[in-house]
Amino acid sequence: MSPTSESLEMLKHIRQQAQASSATNAPVENVEIVVGMGTVGIAAGARQTLHAILSYIEKNKLENICVRQTGNLGIDSFEPVVLVLVPHQERVTYVKVTPEIADLIMEKHVQHGEVVREYVNKE
Amino acid sequence: MSIIRSLVLISHDPESKLLGSEAIFAAFIEQLHHYDLQDEVSVSYATDIGQSAASPLVIIYPEAVIYGPIKPEDVPHIVEEHLYKGRIVEEKRAPTKGLSGKVAWLPVRKGSNPAENRIVLRNIGVIDPESIEDSLNQNGYEGLAIALTMSPEDVIKVISASGLRGRGGAGFPTGMKWGFVRKATGAKKYVICNADESEPGTFKDRMILEGDPQSIIEAMLIAGYAIGASEGYIYIRGEYQLAIERITKAIQQAQKIGFLGEGILGSSFNFTLHLHSGAGAYVCGEETALLESIEGKRGEPRTRPPYPTTQGLFQKPTLINNVETLANVPAILRNGAAWYHGFGTESSPGTKVYTMLGNVNVTGLVEVPMGITLREVVSIYARGMKKAPLKFAQTGGSSGSIIPASLQDTPMDFDSYRTAGLSLGSGALLICDDENCIVDIVKVLTNFFRVECCGKCAPCRVGTQRMYTTMTRITEGKGKMGDLEELELISDTLTNISNCGLGETAGTPVRDMLKHFRAEVEAHIKLGICPTGICPMVAEVPEFV
Amino acid sequence: MPAETRCESGIKEMVEGIVAETGSARSDLIPILLRISTECSYISEEAIRQLSSCLRLPESEIFAVATFYHMLLTQAHGRHIVQFCESAPCHVAGGREIFQALKDLLGLKPGETSQDDRWTLFTTSCLGVCGIGPVVMVDTDIYGHVLPEQLPAILENYR
Repeated sequence: MSPTSESLEMLKHIRQQAQASSATNAPVENVEIVVGMGTVGIAAGARQTLHAILSYIEKNKLENICVRQTGNLGIDSFEPVVLVLVPHQERVTYVKVTPEIADLIMEKHVQHGEVVREYVNKE
Repeated sequence: MSIIRSLVLISHDPESKLLGSEAIFAAFIEQLHHYDLQDEVSVSYATDIGQSAASPLVIIYPEAVIYGPIKPEDVPHIVEEHLYKGRIVEEKRAPTKGLSGKVAWLPVRKGSNPAENRIVLRNIGVIDPESIEDSLNQNGYEGLAIALTMSPEDVIKVISASGLRGRGGAGFPTGMKWGFVRKATGAKKYVICNADESEPGTFKDRMILEGDPQSIIEAMLIAGYAIGASEGYIYIRGEYQLAIERITKAIQQAQKIGFLGEGILGSSFNFTLHLHSGAGAYVCGEETALLESIEGKRGEPRTRPPYPTTQGLFQKPTLINNVETLANVPAILRNGAAWYHGFGTESSPGTKVYTMLGNVNVTGLVEVPMGITLREVVSIYARGMKKAPLKFAQTGGSSGSIIPASLQDTPMDFDSYRTAGLSLGSGALLICDDENCIVDIVKVLTNFFRVECCGKCAPCRVGTQRMYTTMTRITEGKGKMGDLEELELISDTLTNISNCGLGETAGTPVRDMLKHFRAEVEAHIKLGICPTGICPMVAEVPEFV
Repeated sequence: MPAETRCESGIKEMVEGIVAETGSARSDLIPILLRISTECSYISEEAIRQLSSCLRLPESEIFAVATFYHMLLTQAHGRHIVQFCESAPCHVAGGREIFQALKDLLGLKPGETSQDDRWTLFTTSCLGVCGIGPVVMVDTDIYGHVLPEQLPAILENYR
């Protein structure tokens, strides 16, 4: 086994290929909705929340929205957690998001740009 | 519900005391009442801020602003400006260069908890755990690529120099362990990731496996390269279904790109990785029991020596590291050992992930530098107690220490805790208020050991059962004073002659209870009352599980 | 063919099939037992007998391993398994009341199966979802922040 400096070059190449297909690298115009889908999130109802978000998008035929999942964010008592990332704005963390609250967030924040203050995590 | 939004810490070393820290404390209390902020701001003494020309010091979290030197007459201005109006009083800030000592300087990071610093949990909540592309975009596998440009010995040198210590509970220096396996004779060696996280209240490893599985694969590759192993196992607790699914997917993706297999990243290094699911046994977190379990046997700990580093899995030299330990490895390779020393304390560098549970406003996970105190965790990250004041916290699952409120200012790192006779354990913090009965909690803990004992050695098999029946008797109002001596004797016996770590630590909760809360236990026995009113104090119908 | 009839009619074929897919080394024993336990709901004596001849291991040895691990069930149980976490974090978060309510509602003690074969109640050690305790697990679904009055509605989902 001999030390090599090729490895860094090779990783660079792999990474370039990966960038093309990565969701975090999606065009900046997209609104991103991220749902925390760890065991805790799922136990607290994150699947139903995700389902509500997806069916809202489908029902209202929204476009340029990227919905994706991530791990547990560490604030278990506030699960399910949903992050909304609108381009050029600060990310908003919503907590204890039930399907009903998800509908509200979709309508007010995602469609009309109005943050739903009462469900935002107060950090 | 009162939520503490700020925390004021006042230095209380002998020098600060001479310079009037008590008057400063009093002034803060008075001024907070003046502005009606007493429910929002907590004021505490910090015992060990470190010597500084700027003493006495005042630190205000969550902004982590350090003021000093402070006189009592400066307090009204600071309270009005900083705590009431939210403006930092620049002219009173302490010169940062003069500071030294044990309090880590915590940079405030946007979007996370105040002053939290994430190395291990860096990608969690950022990337899609089922996408290797996401991981690559966050510098994934860069640590491996760098390691492959170095000789295996040099990789071990970097890990040793970083001062990384095992996060499974014992705090053994990781670099030293790698060195042992590297030097062990034999052509075939194994790397094992111990993901059998079963300490009650601990779920940090699951969160890493579920949120950033590629980082663990990368770390195991680095370890494999360093010790000369070409095969590895991840032993995941059977109950962690989602983690098992995500690691399985992550292994497939890594194989497809070529991070696992032959000639990794153009080098001559080969590595295969297997996933092994546990089947429900706490004792398999003990490393030799884990080896037995992978070999398809009952998970009964082996007699040591020989240690796994020389005769481990299938009698071959084996490196076993905890998930959190491994999760630090790629970042250390990427940023260097010196960078890692920028976090935590001198003898325990880096960060520690804690799970916060119990009677606090926020439960969940937090990653903070080694050396911060329990008081800080409770008031800053857990945002204060829910109803009643802190009575005690229990660290590290069932086998950890019970920390009474009087010891909450002890810095949480391996050596400070050892000196204070405490153990950091796996990082679970079960925070209990004074509405909890210590006897009741310790009974629950002893039940856990009774159920999870593997039964191989007599001290543990008999001792854990005996502790539980005695504790149950006390909660039923039938305790005798002689029980306390017996409990002490059993817990010492367990520590001294048990075969493995489970038995050795099984007596800790009982011993700590008798050390810190003896009066409360005696009230159960002598007066026949439970001061908190939780224990039934009458015999219940026995239940045999 | 549904799993249960498959298990009843052809245990031999099923065990041989699982061994062929998983492997027949000693280190494959626990993965094999996990699969039998999931597919047949428990590991019967007959399954152990068949496995013994497949792997050339004594029955006692297989039985010793199967009874060591909590997730390997060696006895028949109800259609749904209700597990209650009895570790300290859930206990502190109100677990005492939930466990009492659960026992009353099901009319069972830990380890017992209901007469209609619908439920078996087990206690378990920490499931690692303590941040949202107290926690009740029904089959593979985990419920967090459980209140006593929510239990009937949760159990109603499992027939």
